[in-house]
Amino acid sequence: MEVNVGAIILSPGIEPFDPKVREEYRYGEFENVVTSMDYERLMCATGPYQGEILRASDKKHPHKIAWISCVGSRQVTPGGNSYCSAVCCTYSQKQVILTKDHDAEAECTIFHNDIRSYGKDFERFRERTENLPGVRFIRSYVSIEREIPETKNVVIRYSTPDEGVKEEEFDMVVLSVGLNPPAEVKKMAGKFGIELNDHGFRKEISANPLETNRAGIYVSGAFQGPTDIPESVFTASGAGSKVGELLDYRRGDLAVERVYPLERDVSQEKPKIGVFVCHCGANISSVVDIPSTVDYCLSLPNVVYATNQLFSCATNSAKEITDIVKEKGLNRVVIAACSPRTLEPLFRDTLKEAGINQYYLEMANIREHNSWVHTKEKEEATRKAHDIIRMSVARASHLEPLQEFDLPVNKAALVVGGGIAGMTCALSIANQGHEVHLVEKDTELGGIARRVHTTLEGMDVQEYLGDLIHKVYQHQLIRVYTDATFTEATGYVGNFVTKVESKGMVTEIKHGATVIATGAEVSRPTEYLYGEDDRVMTHLELEEQITKEEEKVVNAESLVMIQCVGCRNEDRNYCSRICCSESIKNALELKEKNPEMDIYILFRDIRTYGLKEDYYREAASKEIKFIRYEPEDKPQVEAVQEGGKSVLRVTVTDPILGNKLEIDTDIIALAAAVVSPAENKEISSLFKVSLGPDDFFKEAHVKLRPVEFGADGVYLCGIAHYPKLISETVNQAYGAAGRVLTLLSHDTVIASGSVCEVEEKKCMGCGACIEVCTYGAIEFRGKKAVVNPVICKGDGLCNVKCPTGAISLKHFTDEEVFSQIDAAV
Amino acid sequence: MCTGRIDLSFIIRAFENGMDGVFIGGCHLNECNYITHGNYHAINLVLLTKKIMEHIGLNPERLRIETISAGEGILFAEVMSDFGKKVKELGPLGKAEGLDENELKAKLQEVTKLIPYIKVEKKDKLGARLENKADYAGHFTSEEIAELLGNVASYWIDPSKCQACTSCARRCPADAIISEKQKIHVIDQEKCIKCGTCLEVCPSKFSAVTKISGEPVPPPIPEGERTVVRKSKEA
Repeated sequence: MEVNVGAIILSPGIEPFDPKVREEYRYGEFENVVTSMDYERLMCATGPYQGEILRASDKKHPHKIAWISCVGSRQVTPGGNSYCSAVCCTYSQKQVILTKDHDAEAECTIFHNDIRSYGKDFERFRERTENLPGVRFIRSYVSIEREIPETKNVVIRYSTPDEGVKEEEFDMVVLSVGLNPPAEVKKMAGKFGIELNDHGFRKEISANPLETNRAGIYVSGAFQGPTDIPESVFTASGAGSKVGELLDYRRGDLAVERVYPLERDVSQEKPKIGVFVCHCGANISSVVDIPSTVDYCLSLPNVVYATNQLFSCATNSAKEITDIVKEKGLNRVVIAACSPRTLEPLFRDTLKEAGINQYYLEMANIREHNSWVHTKEKEEATRKAHDIIRMSVARASHLEPLQEFDLPVNKAALVVGGGIAGMTCALSIANQGHEVHLVEKDTELGGIARRVHTTLEGMDVQEYLGDLIHKVYQHQLIRVYTDATFTEATGYVGNFVTKVESKGMVTEIKHGATVIATGAEVSRPTEYLYGEDDRVMTHLELEEQITKEEEKVVNAESLVMIQCVGCRNEDRNYCSRICCSESIKNALELKEKNPEMDIYILFRDIRTYGLKEDYYREAASKEIKFIRYEPEDKPQVEAVQEGGKSVLRVTVTDPILGNKLEIDTDIIALAAAVVSPAENKEISSLFKVSLGPDDFFKEAHVKLRPVEFGADGVYLCGIAHYPKLISETVNQAYGAAGRVLTLLSHDTVIASGSVCEVEEKKCMGCGACIEVCTYGAIEFRGKKAVVNPVICKGDGLCNVKCPTGAISLKHFTDEEVFSQIDAAV
Repeated sequence: MCTGRIDLSFIIRAFENGMDGVFIGGCHLNECNYITHGNYHAINLVLLTKKIMEHIGLNPERLRIETISAGEGILFAEVMSDFGKKVKELGPLGKAEGLDENELKAKLQEVTKLIPYIKVEKKDKLGARLENKADYAGHFTSEEIAELLGNVASYWIDPSKCQACTSCARRCPADAIISEKQKIHVIDQEKCIKCGTCLEVCPSKFSAVTKISGEPVPPPIPEGERTVVRKSKEA
């Protein structure tokens, strides 16, 4: 087959490292040594033991389990990968948490090197794992010694600071394997003429991580290097945006509009309900007695048909549902399966295909709320499934047909923040033919990147930034507002109205989408003599001085860097992600300029995740000394006189010998935390989006919707989301642009039919509903409240405040809820 | 829908149906999926309902609200098991508290009838944003609820003043005013939701509606005697 295309995206994905290539892991030799991928299958309901974690050797539950980190990663020995696989620390912690979920008594041990909890909220996740009872984190290299022939248990040898080398027996050993580029990637790269780097990932040619050496061919996901889910998601949508820049003029040419059958008016009919009970493979049917449940459904009022399906979400099942609805004349459908959160849209679509209103669907969640949590109580779970379905059937009888709205979409975008994230996003949107209003609070564009001079990989950041700013100002579709503040922000998806004040002038901007790219700041340290002694500076200040070739810095005899200053503590319980790379970059640069300089990096965990690990190794090979400290025993800094000269004395405990080391140094650089700006609070309330616990903006879903907000039409990118490196910011900025385009490229958006409505006669005009509506969706028309359904988001708070029951939330009316409460008995 | 959509009537209905416990699960405070932060309102509602339960002799521990995120499966299971155990310990609704079944039903129905009135009277406190858990205990007091439920206001149309202008009847959201042209209006106390709209809209030149608290409402004027005595004609 030959296909003509204008652009190509390569997403070959990744493969787990195969530990068989290294004999010492004993994988395939000892039955109870498994990979993390095997273990993932063991925990899965569709896995080999239906979700029971069992040992292959005796089908018994393992009680003592060990995880070995960095299997195949951070190794320069043959067969291994020198890079860090970036995801294993956190997935191992996840597996420990899930194991404890399965068996609260399980004893879990993670053998690790640096713990790289550098992702958003990962630090809290690590802490949660560490605090579980029966969980140990042991910092040690390990070797798998032998198998006990009788028990098939596995003996591991490791070292501890207190007791020296130890041997310990485990029921099961999980190898936290790293990520490899797929075996066929070389062939694929050859075909497309794509250059690969030494590790077999796409070779980074330009500052744009989505690009390859060939124009028009882009990459997304782990082809850039090992990545976690959110990065994969936004690089995918970013690559989409790059393609859009090329092909926007042909957008929609190949799209075929779906045509649904005419909706049958069933409002005058008696309810005729069909119930479809899903097995979900074995997920539900291994716990709930499906045949008896189907019989039970048939005994319920208004149910005229009931059946079971292996997977209700499968294409053939959807066809079966539409056929039966037509054949039996059903006018309501209950799907007894999983949470509506994922599949409700699919089943609503099935109803549309069947020619009845999509709001006549009700889902009874007998999986997450039932079979998954009651695996051991099958009879009770079956009864509970009956209860849940009975309530859903009762509600279904009262459902009403609702109409969704088509809202017009204003084709312009507003981008808040003129740093790398905001500018990159604005350019990509504008390159696809949309007007962009770029608003910056400062006098100049550039954001915090103005203070960064190079990247670890050696990119000239100022040159890049200058070029970006130039492109932004040159673009005919981008209008820049500097020294700007917001005076008002109203409206809703597709139809926002925002007032910007810039240089004494207020402009009213109408836009369909909003991007929040407000960036972040570096905190001002409050310890280690910062602000008291000018030889103590932050890592960014050090970078500035290195660039200026400041004599006292580049000619210093010795320099100490202290990591994790002002974060990974109680107040700021997160990792600032970029500081390890920043410090190593500065250290390498100083070594380049002055090879004689003694450089020490005092750290807690070195987090040069992914391909940045190579630079850590380079630093160590250049005799940059890495000394680990514990948070409860932080380094001490004092200014002293030594040999007639004033020096800074750093005292730190040697982690191996346990004694105190004193380092006399000329300069101290502090890896100060990246913090969210104070104005985030104002921005969040203005644009009606939320902030996370550390006041960074909170995305709609941490894994699957990393550049969107809960509020429709508002998007997020850059370090406003969480600290990240420039390449990651660029990826995410394109990702946000991609999402913006999916909105702006349509003429209309659909708004939910589940909104509030006022029954005028009952309204006493008290205004209680208007007071609580934060969207401004309700207003008085005369003395009666009226809802603007396109602004209403359907939370239903007004419904509860109304004393007379005049306002009600459609699809969740009192009658519908009461019917469920009554059926619960 | 948000936890803020939970109506007092839902909770009372569950107890009326004989449920031994009611659990409300919501999002963590300040992590609202909407931007309304309705969970603060839900907490206030629970605080109020617990006091009402106390007032009518039900153990308030039968009602519980917790904020748990979707990622906290273990916590949710723990909380649910704990609440299940608690409710079992408390025993069957009403019986364990020494309440007669019919008496309890009557009391719950009485509360249901008063819901619109409770919403009006306690509007501000139900909409408050309590950031500090220490403030929960004193947000509603037992005395306050005793006063609220023991001293319920009623509205009454003074037959000597009513000029049958129909303003109140037209605006009554509950259709509780028996009105005919030329006939003195009468409030059907069974239907009345005590919202006070009639008092507000009765023209001040007539001022026929009165709010009566703490004493019984005079009986309705017999149907045969409802012809309006026109003030103007008298003059």
